[in-house]
Amino acid sequence: MQASIARPEGAAALYALRIADTCLVLGQRLAEWCGHAPVLEEDIALANIALDLIGQARALYAHAGAGRLDEDQIAFLRDERDYLNPTLVELPRGDFAFTMLRNAMVATLLGELWKRLADSSDGELAAIAGKALKEARYHRRHAGDWVLRLAGGTDESRRRTEAALAELWRYAAELFESDRIEDDAAQSGVGPRWSELRAAWLAEMRALLGEAGLATPREVAFRSTGKLGRHSEHMGYLLADMQFLQRSFPGGVW
Amino acid sequence: MNATERAWQVLAEVPDPEVPALSVRDLGIVRDVRLRDGALEVVLTPTYSGCPATEAIERDVLKAIGDAGLGPARVTLRRAPAWSSDWISEEGRRKLHACGIAPPGKVDAAPVRVVPRIACPRCGSARTEQLSAFGATACKALHRCLACREPFEYFKPI
Repeated sequence: MQASIARPEGAAALYALRIADTCLVLGQRLAEWCGHAPVLEEDIALANIALDLIGQARALYAHAGAGRLDEDQIAFLRDERDYLNPTLVELPRGDFAFTMLRNAMVATLLGELWKRLADSSDGELAAIAGKALKEARYHRRHAGDWVLRLAGGTDESRRRTEAALAELWRYAAELFESDRIEDDAAQSGVGPRWSELRAAWLAEMRALLGEAGLATPREVAFRSTGKLGRHSEHMGYLLADMQFLQRSFPGGVW
Repeated sequence: MNATERAWQVLAEVPDPEVPALSVRDLGIVRDVRLRDGALEVVLTPTYSGCPATEAIERDVLKAIGDAGLGPARVTLRRAPAWSSDWISEEGRRKLHACGIAPPGKVDAAPVRVVPRIACPRCGSARTEQLSAFGATACKALHRCLACREPFEYFKPI
């Protein structure tokens, strides 16, 4: 069994790590659909989106590792508390409506983030963002189209979309809670505090939900804390699934 | 002809693993070929962040250069500016069309909600529809022709 590694240090590395973890963990959840999506086209689409997200994570991990740690070590050999993704992306994949609404929420967030990071003082981060922004636009359009179709579809698809919204929305607030890592990144020009993305995110989500005829839920006091490394009970299972191969067969490749 | 010019020629014969009708040069991912410290350096820009063909392309490029007696060489990746389907050459577009893949339209600066109507690469009809924005590889979408009823792939503008 391969022992855990300490996560990379330094504010800029942790800032990149948080984004990478967000991409990787959602990519892992989307990859679970492979072979299970309701239609073949969506099976392929979700696998494609997962691949984009994992590719984005890979580039960010390589960058955060700065030559001392490689992307596989960072992705597979950390303990749960060292993952800095928001809880939203680790929630079990749920049904298709849940997956599509979450994808719309995350693609909207990442779209805003990549847009800002394209001007990062960190040249490599800016380069990764320039590429990822184009991909996020495709993901956002795909998920948004499905939210509209499901909300305006049958009674059953609408009921499920409403249920997904009620469940997911309370995890959105955490996205815009910023901490020292983001303060440091903002000060050094590496990237924005995620709290700065809230207004644009909310405007775009309101527009989508409005078009779908869904009321934007009210904000509640609940705050999830995945961005700080304190995850939901689902994260351990996800990591066990994702890490077991590299832990059991260190360095194993296909 | 010097080594870099010969290398460009060699690269025109290295197929992309996922769209083998195109060479890596047609695809526009070879950004530079230069001599550095006595060795050839090939600068590539990957198409998609998660493109699983990236490693295979690096390997194929190095092998082709080695086989042509131009080695040792190395490949470096350049992420910025990000690859765009606008970089596919005119010849690349002809080759795509010839193998039944509709070549990409120009990339719009603004994100478009409306799905464009793509002419069927088989019968030329504009009566086509998108089946899925995602296809068998990251770079393609799936469309179908309503005139000849054949499905076809569309190389996505990105």
